[in-house]
Amino acid sequence: MSATDIHDPNRRDFLYIATGMAGVVGAGALAWPFIDQMQPDASTLALASVEVDVSSLQPGSSLVVKWRGKPVVVRNRTDKEMKDGAAVSLNDLKDPIARNANLPADAPATDANRTTPGKEAWMVMVQVCTHLGCIPLGQEGDFGGWFCPCHGSVYDTAGRIRKGPAPENMAIPVFKFISDTKILIG
Amino acid sequence: MSEGHSTYTPKTGLGRWFDARMPLPRLVYDSFVAYPVPRNLNYMWTFGGILSIMLVSQILTGIVLAMHYTSDTTLAFDSVEKIMRDVNSGWLLRYLHSNGASFFFVAVYIHIFRGLFYGSYKTPRELLWILGCIIYLLMMATGFMGYVLPWGQMSFWGATVITGFFSAIPLVGNWIQELLLGGFAVDNPTLNRFFALHYLLPFMIAGVVVLHIWALHVVGQSNPTGIEVKSKTDTVAFTPYATIKDAFGMIVFLFVFAYFVFYLPNFLGHPDNYTVANPLKTPAHIVPEWYFLPFYAILRAITFNIGPINSKLGGVLCMFGAIAMLFLVPWLDTSKVRSAVYRPWYKLFFWLFVADAILLGWLGSQPAEGSYVFMAQMATLFYFAFFLVVMPVLGLIETPRRLPNSITEAVLEKKNKGAGGHPAGAVSAPETKG
Repeated sequence: MSATDIHDPNRRDFLYIATGMAGVVGAGALAWPFIDQMQPDASTLALASVEVDVSSLQPGSSLVVKWRGKPVVVRNRTDKEMKDGAAVSLNDLKDPIARNANLPADAPATDANRTTPGKEAWMVMVQVCTHLGCIPLGQEGDFGGWFCPCHGSVYDTAGRIRKGPAPENMAIPVFKFISDTKILIG
Repeated sequence: MSEGHSTYTPKTGLGRWFDARMPLPRLVYDSFVAYPVPRNLNYMWTFGGILSIMLVSQILTGIVLAMHYTSDTTLAFDSVEKIMRDVNSGWLLRYLHSNGASFFFVAVYIHIFRGLFYGSYKTPRELLWILGCIIYLLMMATGFMGYVLPWGQMSFWGATVITGFFSAIPLVGNWIQELLLGGFAVDNPTLNRFFALHYLLPFMIAGVVVLHIWALHVVGQSNPTGIEVKSKTDTVAFTPYATIKDAFGMIVFLFVFAYFVFYLPNFLGHPDNYTVANPLKTPAHIVPEWYFLPFYAILRAITFNIGPINSKLGGVLCMFGAIAMLFLVPWLDTSKVRSAVYRPWYKLFFWLFVADAILLGWLGSQPAEGSYVFMAQMATLFYFAFFLVVMPVLGLIETPRRLPNSITEAVLEKKNKGAGGHPAGAVSAPETKG
């Protein structure tokens, strides 16, 4: 190294760095719209609420509505299905968190926390497997809840993951009963 | 090879005029006519050429199909049926394209296994090998997005499952998945961007193929003995020797390809993809195209949490890791001997690995339940053990067989044996094949 390699920063160094930084910021600003356009657009984001009439649902049956492009299941559980769900110890659950958008994020996955107070028979749930997004089949599987045909995840009657590769319980969307027979999702 | 001087001499005035300004004819002559290739290349070395014509075939049929296809969820399925029924020769072009994708993968798998058997990835061909791995990755992305375009049930649910991989990434996973989908589920924005990218990627493949061939022509071809070319007698000219051999290989390959196109056009497809996509109903049994099945089996084999990594992320990591292994092969294999011909133990494990890959492929096509899951877990374990244990350890403990001194010696030895075990040096009968 010769002495000329080491010198105090001068005006020229400042100009090099300033020009380089302006180039980086400019390139980033130009790249952003190209990434941004890939995000969900305004029409996709427009949050639709869905009103569902559940008066026809007998215990043991369910119906599916489409909400934000995804199927939401409403299932009127039988007494046995509710008992099965309530009898499960939290220690037996792969995912001990309720995943209920109507409750705090750390609520435990008890059967009651997977439903809404006073309407414990009703499961309202995004029927999308938390593994890779398939639609599980209702009233199927070892626990009588849901079974995902894609990769073999088994959910119980409260939609909690019990067996197979899925990591989380199926999600409960924001919803409320606006009358005894009507549910508002979203 | 690279150090060889160009022997191209333009014969016409126009040829000299071009050569002084832009020596493209010289490049072609040096690369595909005078280029020296090892004299002992077998038919496993014809798959590079076969892959090139498959790429050209896919691009040609693809561009024509794009002229009749509509990438809108309400029209895509019908536009494909229109190609099949109304467009003149549309059925042929589509079957050439869909089966062409499968045969592209048949050829690339033979090409990759050829490289693994003969140690084609060893120094100085690491970069050549990695460029090939990049082509393979681009092929997988292209094949996957192409399968989504007909908008059948398998298209839709295949896209849902594969984009779901990205949601396994901690923290930013959901954002990336929404970025890929352009929404919260596979829908019209997804189909449109997949069509645009499916059209783009083959040209990127073509670009990397140019780099692949460039790298090949710098280091020269490997050969079945794995011994470097040492003298002129070890090589023959690309034209006519390799050209004719490649052409014959292509004809045989295209013969099988044509049999599928004309007699079994849907054998490699799935009947569910002739049902229009339905976002509210998952088919009873989702399977990807056959060429993804081994990786699909690995993905599904991880049904348990590994420490802080949940089963979903674990499956995705193993699946991508299975492909990443290929990139690391030049450094995982510690043996100084290239070719499995001279490595008895590696040869055994190589064929076990081939059997394991086929087993994984079969398991990927079966439902993920019962004993299939356990078998897939064992097969996945062997898959990774082959790369991470067998390859490094075998190179250190294996005693290779004696290597011939040169390619020429190896060829003559084989010829003498073929002629009935004459002692080395004896003149073999000219009418017997080597």
